[in-house]
Amino acid sequence: MADIQTSGPDSVYAKAFKEAIFAGVLALGLFFLIVGFRTDQNINNELVLVQRWGLLTIFVVVAALGRFIFAAFVVPSRTQVKVAKAKPSAATQADRRSFKAIVSRFGLALLFVYPFLVILILALIQYAFTGQWSFQSGVQGSLKYVDNFGIQILIYVMLAWGLNIVVGLAGLLDLGYVAFYAVGAYSYALLSTHFGLSFWLLLPMAGIFAALWGIILGFPVLRLRGDYLAIVTLAFGEIIRLVLINWTVVTKGTFGVSGIAKATLFGIPFTPGPNGFAAMFGLPNSGVYYKIFLYYLILFLALLTAWVTIRLRRMPIGRAWEALREDEIACRSLGINTTTTKLTAFATGAMFGGFAGSFFAARQGFVSPESFVFLESAIILAIVVLGGMGSLIGIAIAAAVMIGGTELLRELEFLKLVFGNDFTPELYRMLLFGLAMIVVMVWKPRGFVGNREPSAFLHERKMISSEFTKEGHG
Amino acid sequence: MSQTQPLAKSSPLLSIENVETYYGNIRALSGVSVHADAGEIVTLIGANGAGKSTLMMTIFGMPRARTGRVVFAGQDITQLPTHEIARLRIAQSPEGRRIFPRMTVQENLQMGASLDNLEFYDEDSRKVFDLFPRLKERINQRGGTLSGGEQQMLAIGRALMARPRLLLLDEPSLGLAPLIIKHIFEAIKELNKSTGLTVFLVEQNAFGALKLADRGYVMVNGIVTMSGSSKELLANPEVRAAYLEGGRH
Amino acid sequence: MVSEVRKNPNAVLRVEHLSMKFGGLIAINDLNFEAKRGAITALIGPNGAGKTTVFNCITGFYKPTEGMLTMTRQNGEEYLLERMADFVITKKAKVARTFQNIRLFSGLTVLENLLVAQHNPLMLSSGYTILGLLGFPTYKKAAADAIEKARFWLEKINLIDRADDPAGDLPYGAQRRLEIARAMCTDPELLCLDEPAAGLNARESAELNQLLLNIRDEIGTSILLIEHDMSVVMEISDHVVVLEYGTKISDGTPDTVKNDPKVIAAYLGVEDEEVIELIEHAAATGNDDITAAVDLLSSEAIHEIEVTHGEPPAASLVAAPVVKAKPAAAKPAAKAAPAAAPVKPAPVAKVAAPVKAPAAKTKSPAKPADPAIKAGATSNALAAPRGGKADSLIIIKGIGPVNERKLNEHGIFHFDQIAAWKKADVIAAEVYLAFDGRIAREDWIGQAKKLAKESQSKPAVKKTGGAK
Repeated sequence: MADIQTSGPDSVYAKAFKEAIFAGVLALGLFFLIVGFRTDQNINNELVLVQRWGLLTIFVVVAALGRFIFAAFVVPSRTQVKVAKAKPSAATQADRRSFKAIVSRFGLALLFVYPFLVILILALIQYAFTGQWSFQSGVQGSLKYVDNFGIQILIYVMLAWGLNIVVGLAGLLDLGYVAFYAVGAYSYALLSTHFGLSFWLLLPMAGIFAALWGIILGFPVLRLRGDYLAIVTLAFGEIIRLVLINWTVVTKGTFGVSGIAKATLFGIPFTPGPNGFAAMFGLPNSGVYYKIFLYYLILFLALLTAWVTIRLRRMPIGRAWEALREDEIACRSLGINTTTTKLTAFATGAMFGGFAGSFFAARQGFVSPESFVFLESAIILAIVVLGGMGSLIGIAIAAAVMIGGTELLRELEFLKLVFGNDFTPELYRMLLFGLAMIVVMVWKPRGFVGNREPSAFLHERKMISSEFTKEGHG
Repeated sequence: MSQTQPLAKSSPLLSIENVETYYGNIRALSGVSVHADAGEIVTLIGANGAGKSTLMMTIFGMPRARTGRVVFAGQDITQLPTHEIARLRIAQSPEGRRIFPRMTVQENLQMGASLDNLEFYDEDSRKVFDLFPRLKERINQRGGTLSGGEQQMLAIGRALMARPRLLLLDEPSLGLAPLIIKHIFEAIKELNKSTGLTVFLVEQNAFGALKLADRGYVMVNGIVTMSGSSKELLANPEVRAAYLEGGRH
Repeated sequence: MVSEVRKNPNAVLRVEHLSMKFGGLIAINDLNFEAKRGAITALIGPNGAGKTTVFNCITGFYKPTEGMLTMTRQNGEEYLLERMADFVITKKAKVARTFQNIRLFSGLTVLENLLVAQHNPLMLSSGYTILGLLGFPTYKKAAADAIEKARFWLEKINLIDRADDPAGDLPYGAQRRLEIARAMCTDPELLCLDEPAAGLNARESAELNQLLLNIRDEIGTSILLIEHDMSVVMEISDHVVVLEYGTKISDGTPDTVKNDPKVIAAYLGVEDEEVIELIEHAAATGNDDITAAVDLLSSEAIHEIEVTHGEPPAASLVAAPVVKAKPAAAKPAAKAAPAAAPVKPAPVAKVAAPVKAPAAKTKSPAKPADPAIKAGATSNALAAPRGGKADSLIIIKGIGPVNERKLNEHGIFHFDQIAAWKKADVIAAEVYLAFDGRIAREDWIGQAKKLAKESQSKPAVKKTGGAK
C-alpha cells in the first residue's frame, strides 16, 4: 500500500498487467455464455449448440490488451497532460479564445459557400478522371451532398438550437420536443393543401401554432420538475403523434399528407415550366436549384435561431432563463415570475421547432406521423447534451458529427467487402451513435463546449468553466 | 476506540506532507504540511477562501492531492478511494452539512454507524442525543425539514456515530446558537479527553477554536503561514489583529 | 397574548398573530412583532425556534396557517404579504431576502447576478423583450443604467475586481456580500437577511456590520435579520426579537434583551465577554483551570434550558416563574466577579453554585423523584432529596444535566452522597451512566467532598446573587 506513489515504469507496467489480467477474466466471465455458445438450427431443424471458442478468445484478448494499453500508456500520458495543464499561461488562454473566434467565423463562411464548394470539388474530380470540365455533372452530383448532408444537418442544428433554449438555457428537460416539429410540419402541410396558402405566410404561422402548443403544454407541467417534467413532455410528444395517426379525417393517419406545395423564391416557383426558376435565369433544368435554395433557406432559419438566441441571452428574459436553470427559488426571491419565464422559454423553443417543421414539410413534400417518433426527440436532445448545453457552436458541431456521421455510414459500401454482402452499414447507425455518445460523455462530460459565455461584462469577457454552471432541475 | 493510545511524538496520527491541490487549473493548496498527533485537537484558522476546507477535503481525496502525501496512522492514503479512507475511521462533518435530506434523523445517524453494521448504534446514539437533545425531539423527522442549525447538529452527530479515530470538523459552529456552540466545543473537549479522539478542526470562530485546541495552524491563500501552540497563537499580535479582533467588542 | 402591535406608521412590517403549522408540528405560534422603518431589527433564538419559517412566511415562500403580515411602503401603500405570491412580494411590496445556505446563481458572473436582480425594471424598458430584441435605444440606456447600478453595489461590497468571475468561484464571505448586494439591486424597502454572518470570521463580520449600517443609513432600507453572531446582533441592531419554540420570549433593545433572564437561559448562556474576561484573568493569575470555569458557566446555562423546556409542558409551566427570577441573579453575580479586584475564577463558580440551587428545586417538585429507586442503585441512595431540595450535581465537573437526571433517578441528590461513594458504588454508578472510568479520572468524589463542605459552610450565599 505504501508504495502506491512510486511511479517508475516497472510499477506502471506491472499494474497495467494486473489490470489486464483482471479485465481478461472479467471479459471471459461476461462473454462465456453470450459469445462462447450459440444456438443454431441444423439441417433437420434441430436446435444445436455451437461452440465458438475462437471468437471468445478474441473477445478476451481484446479486452485484456485494451486494458493494458489504457493503463500503461493512456493513463500516464493523461496525468502528464494534467500536470502540464496545471501551469496555465495567459497567452494560451488568449490564443484559445481567438482560435475559437476564427473557427466560428471560418465555419460560417464555409456554410455559406458549401453548395458551390461541393459543385466545384465534384467538377474537379470529374476533370481529374475524364479530363473535361463539366459543371453540369458536378451540379447533378452535388444533389446528394447538399441534401443529405447540408440540409439534413442544418435541420438538426436548428432543432437543437431551438431545444437549447428550453433545455440548455432554462434548464427544463423536454423529451417531447418533436411534437412542436410535428405541429409545424402539419400546420404547413394541411393549410397549404387545403387552403393553398403560400410557404412564406405559413412559415410564421407554423411557428405561432407551435408556440401556442408550447404554452398549452407549459401550463400544466410548470409545477413539475426534473424527472416528472421529462416524463410528461415525453407523453405529450406521444399524444401528438397518436392524434396525428388516429385523426384520420384531417391528417389521413399513417398515410400522411402528400403533395405539399414547394416553397417559392419570392413567388418564383422551382418548376421546370417557363415560369420556373431555371427558365427565368436561363439555366438548364435541374432539381438541384431547389435543393440549393432549400439549403440557404434552412441556413437562414438556423442563423435566425442563433441570432435570436444570442440576442435573447443579453435581454432580461434570457438572463432570467439562465438564472432559472441555476436556482429557481433565488429567482422568485428576486421578483421574477418563474411561471411566465418558463412559459416564454417553452414557447420560444417551440416556435423554432415549428419553423423547422414547416421547412421539413416543404422540403419533403410529404409528412407522416412516422417522422415524429420519440427517437427524433431523443436525437435532438442528445445533440444538445453532446454539444454542451447552452453553447451554440458546440451544438452545431455535435449535430454535424452525429447526423453527418450517420449519413456518412450509408456511404460506407466498402465495409461490405470486409463483412460480407449481407452487411448493411445503416443498420449499425444507432449502435455507433450510442457508442459515440458514450465516448464523448466520458471524454467531455459537459459536452464539446461546456464553457459558458457571460451575457455581460464589466472589464473583460471570461469564459465560465462548466464546473460552476448547473444543468437545472427541470 | 481503545486502540487509539497516544503514539510517540515521532509518528503523528495524521500527517499531510507538502500537499498541492488543484481545482481544474487553479491551485488551491501550495505545499501545505500539517500534522495531528494522536489525542490532539488541532485547529486550522484563516480567512474565507484560504483553502481550509480544501485541505480537509484533500484528506478524503476529494479533490486528490496532485503532489505530496497524506499519511494516516503510518499508511499512505493519498491515492486511496474515498470510501476506503472513511473505513479507516476518519469521520467528517463537512462544509455545507451534507446530511441525507430525505432520510429521517435516525436513518441519518444509522448511516453514520454503518461501518459497524449498527452494532454500537444504541449506545452511540444515546451519546449523540445527550449532546444534542434537539435531535432526539426530531428523531423521526426527515433531515431536509430540520432547521439549518439542527442539520448542523445532525452532521456532527452522524460523524460521531462512526466511532472515529480522527474527527474532521468543518466549521461546526456554523449557524448554531451561541449556547449550542459552547456545548459542542465542550463536548469535543470531553470526547478528546475521555477517549483520546484526535480532532482536526476548521473554524471561522478563531477565538473559540484556539481556546479549544492544543495547537493551531494559520492558513493564508493556500499556504500555512504560522503554526504553534494555541496559547502562542492567541498571544500573537498578528493573529489577534487578523482573526480575533474586529468583530468582538 | 393580546396584540401589542398597534397601527403604527413607523412600522415597515407588522406581524400579527402569525402561526404556521406543518402537519402536527407547530413551527410558529401566535407571533406578534413589528419592524420599524429605517431600523435594523434582529430575530434571534435557539436553533429550530422558527426564525427561518418567519422569514419564509414574510417572503411568501410559505403561506402562514394564520395571521396577518402587513408591509407598509414609504409611499403609504399597504400590502398584506400573506395573500401575495412570493415573487410579487419582492416586485410590488419591495421585500427582498437572502438565504441561510447561499443561493447565488453560481454559473453566472458576479455582474450577471446583479443584473438578474434588476429583471423587472429591465423587462419593462425592453418592452417585454420585443423592443429590446429590435434594438430600441430605451433598452440600451436601461441596460447601461443597470450595469452602473451593479457597479455601484460592487464597489460597495468591494467585489468590483471580480465582476466577471463566476459567482460560484468567490470565497464564502464574498458570496455572502454578493447575495446582499443582489437583494439590494431589487430596490427593496425591507431587506430580510438570514444569517448573513454565518461562516464569516471576526474581521469579515465587522465589515458586514459596516455594510448593513451603511445600507440602513445611506440607502434607508429597513433590515430584518436572523443571526447567531452576537457581535453583529448587539452591535448594529436597533431592536431585537427573541423567538423560542415559535413564540416570542423577549422583545426590545439589544441591551434589554441581552439582560433578559429568559433570553440568557434559552439562548445566550453566559456571555462571551465574561468568558474572555475570565480567561484573561486566568492568564494573568496563571491559573490553568480556565476551561473548568468556562465549562461550568456554560453547562449551567444548558441546565437552565433543560429546566425551562426539557420537561413536559406541565413542568415547564411550574418552572417558568422561578427561572425568570433566577438567572437574573446568576448573571450579575458572574459579572461582578471580575470587577471585584483580583478574584480567582474558582470563586465565580462558587458564587454561581448556590444560586443554581433554586433551579434544581423547581425541578424536583415538578417531577417528583421516582419513588421506586431503580435497580443497580448505589449503597447510599435516597428515596427523595433531603428537605425536598437537591444539590445541583452538575457543578461537579463531568456531570452534565442528563447525568444529573440519571443520578437523581437513582437516588443521588447530594454532594455528600457522591463524596461517600465506595469503589462498588462507583462501578454501580458507571453502569447506569454508561461511563468507563470517568468518575475516577475526573475525581468526582474529590470534587463532591469539596462542594459538600462548602455548601455546609455558607448556606445563605443566595443573597449575594441578587445584590446588584
